[in-house]
Amino acid sequence: MKKTVRSNLITIGIVVIAYIIVQILISTGNISSLMKGLLVPMCVYAIAAVSLNLTVGILGELSLGHAGFMCVGAFSSAFFSKCMKMFVPGMPAGVRFLIAILIGAALAGLFGLLIGIPVLRLKGDYLAIVTLAFGEIIKNIVNILYLGIDENGVHFSMKNSLDLNMENSDNIIINGAQGITGTPNDSNFTVGIILLVVTLLIVLNLIHSRDGRAIMAIRDNTIAAESVGIPVTKYKLMAFSISAALAGVAGVLYAHNLSTLTALPKNFGYNQSIMILVFVVLGGMGNIRGSVIAAVVLTLLPELLRGVVSDSRMLIYAIVLIVIMLFNWAPACLEWREKVAASVKTKLGKKNVSKEVQ
Amino acid sequence: MAILEVKNLSISFGGLRAVDDFNITIEKGRLYGLIGPNGAGKTTVFNLLTGVYKPSEGIITLDGQNITGKKTIDINRAGIARTFQNIRLFKELTVLDNVKVGLHNHKQYGTLTGILRLPKFHKTEKAMNQEALELLKVFGLENEADTLASNLPYGKQRKLEIARALATKPKLLLLDEPAAGMNPNETQELMDTIRFVRKHFDMTILLIEHDMKLVSGICEELTVLNFGHVLCQGKTTDVLNNPEVIKAYLGE
Repeated sequence: MKKTVRSNLITIGIVVIAYIIVQILISTGNISSLMKGLLVPMCVYAIAAVSLNLTVGILGELSLGHAGFMCVGAFSSAFFSKCMKMFVPGMPAGVRFLIAILIGAALAGLFGLLIGIPVLRLKGDYLAIVTLAFGEIIKNIVNILYLGIDENGVHFSMKNSLDLNMENSDNIIINGAQGITGTPNDSNFTVGIILLVVTLLIVLNLIHSRDGRAIMAIRDNTIAAESVGIPVTKYKLMAFSISAALAGVAGVLYAHNLSTLTALPKNFGYNQSIMILVFVVLGGMGNIRGSVIAAVVLTLLPELLRGVVSDSRMLIYAIVLIVIMLFNWAPACLEWREKVAASVKTKLGKKNVSKEVQ
Repeated sequence: MAILEVKNLSISFGGLRAVDDFNITIEKGRLYGLIGPNGAGKTTVFNLLTGVYKPSEGIITLDGQNITGKKTIDINRAGIARTFQNIRLFKELTVLDNVKVGLHNHKQYGTLTGILRLPKFHKTEKAMNQEALELLKVFGLENEADTLASNLPYGKQRKLEIARALATKPKLLLLDEPAAGMNPNETQELMDTIRFVRKHFDMTILLIEHDMKLVSGICEELTVLNFGHVLCQGKTTDVLNNPEVIKAYLGE
C-alpha cells in the first residue's frame, strides 16, 4: 500500500518539477517560441495517453478510436465557449472554461458509454477495428455539422451553411468542415498542467481502489472475475467511459488553445489515435508514469530534431521509436539491462565494503 | 438440512448429452466428492452449478433458493464459490489484491469515494486488508501478500485460489481437482487444509478429484459419474468397493 502511494507521489512530483523548471526557463527567457507553442499540446497528449492507458493497460482492451472522444470533447466545449462569448460576454473566463471542461468531459464520457455498450461485447482485434471505425464516424459527422443560433432559435443542418436559413452568417457557430472559429483562448500551460495532475489523480486513485482492482481482475481473467461476483459489463463500461471522458478533457484543452478548430484527419483521425496508442505502448501498458513521459518526449522529439537534421528528422524519429521499443521489450536487451544493473550494484557494494575495511 | 439439491439436471451440446439426469443432495457441512473417468462430465456439472452453462433441464436449489439458469455473478452472490481445474488467478495483481477482489461484494464503497479518497475509503480498505490477511494466514500465504500472483509456486497458487473463493463468503465451495499437479507431500498438506477450512469456516465442500488417496481420505460421500450418467452414489467406502465403479475406472 505504502509502495503505491509513494509511486503515485513520484509520478505527480515529476510533473510538478517539470512545470517549475519550465516556468523558470520561461521567466529567464531561455525557451524558444517554438517550444513555448508545444507546451500545451504536450499536456494534451499526456492527458490523452494517460486516459487511453486506462482502456489499453488497465482494462486490457485495445481501442483505436481515442481521438474520436477527444473530438467530441473539443467540439462540444468549443461550441459552449463560443456561445457564451457571443451571448453572455460578461461571464468570467475562468468560470466559462471550467464549465466547458465539465461539458467536454461529460459529453465525451456519454459517447464512450453509448459506443461502449455495443463495442465492448467484442474482443481483441475486432474491438480495435470497430473502435477505429467509430472514431472515424465521429470525425466525419463533425465535419458535416452546421449549427447556428440567432434570435429565431437554433438552426441545424447536415448539408451546408445555406441550409441553415440564417439571416446573419456571423451567427453560425459550427460551420461544417471549416469548424469553429473564434474559440476563446482559455488554455495555457498552467491550466494544462493542472488538468494533467487532476487526470493523473483520478486515474491513479481509481486504479488503486476497489473498482480499479475489479477492472484489473477482469483484464487478468474474466471468467474468474465473474466467478467471484464481479459485474464484468458494468466495470468494462465504467473504465471505457471514464477513459473517454478524460480524452474529452484533452480535447477541451486542445480546442481552447487554437482560434480555429477543425476536425482534420491530422488532429482527430485514426493517425492521431494510433499516435496516442504509441505513447501508451512505448511508456508501458498499465504504466501511467510511462505514458506521461512517452507523450512528452515523443511530442518534443520531432521539433528538437528539426533544428539538428531537418531533412531526415522523421526517419530519425522512427529509428528512435524502434530503439526505445527494443530497449524496453526485447528479451536480450532486458537480460543485458539486468546484467548491467547487477554489475553496477556489485561494484557499488565492493566500494562500500572497502570503505568499511579502511 | 440440504445446502444443495439438484434434480434431473441435463445439458446437451448439439447431439451430445454431456450430463444426463444428474441428481445430488448435499447436507450442510458435508465434504462431498464427485469422481469419474476423464470426460465423464464432472467439470460440466460444476459449470452448470455456477451458471457458466444454462441447463437444458432440471432444477438447482441452493439453501432453499432456486438458482437454476441464473448468471454466474448472481450465483456467486447467492453463495456458490469455485476454483478452477486450470488455475485462474489475477496474475498481474498481488496475492493480497487477489483476495481483496474476492471481498468485492462484501466490503463496499462508491467509485467517487475511491477517487476522492474520502475517509470511508481508508476505513474500508483497512478492514479489507485485515480480513484478506486473516484469510491468507489460514493458508500460510501471509508472507507473500505483496508478491504477484503469477510469481507464486504452483501449490501456493492453488491455495490462493481457494482463499479467493472463500473471501466471497460462500455457503458451498466447489473445488475442481485441487490436487492436480501436486506431489504426495503437497497433497497431504492440501487434505489438512481442506479439513481445516471445513471446520474453521463451517463450510460445505463439493470437490472433483482423481487422486483416490485424497478422495478416500477426506470425502464422506461420493457420486461417480460415467458418460454423463450417475453410476453410483453413497458413502465413500461403499462406493469405492462397488464393482461397477471399479469396472468403470479399471476396466474388466
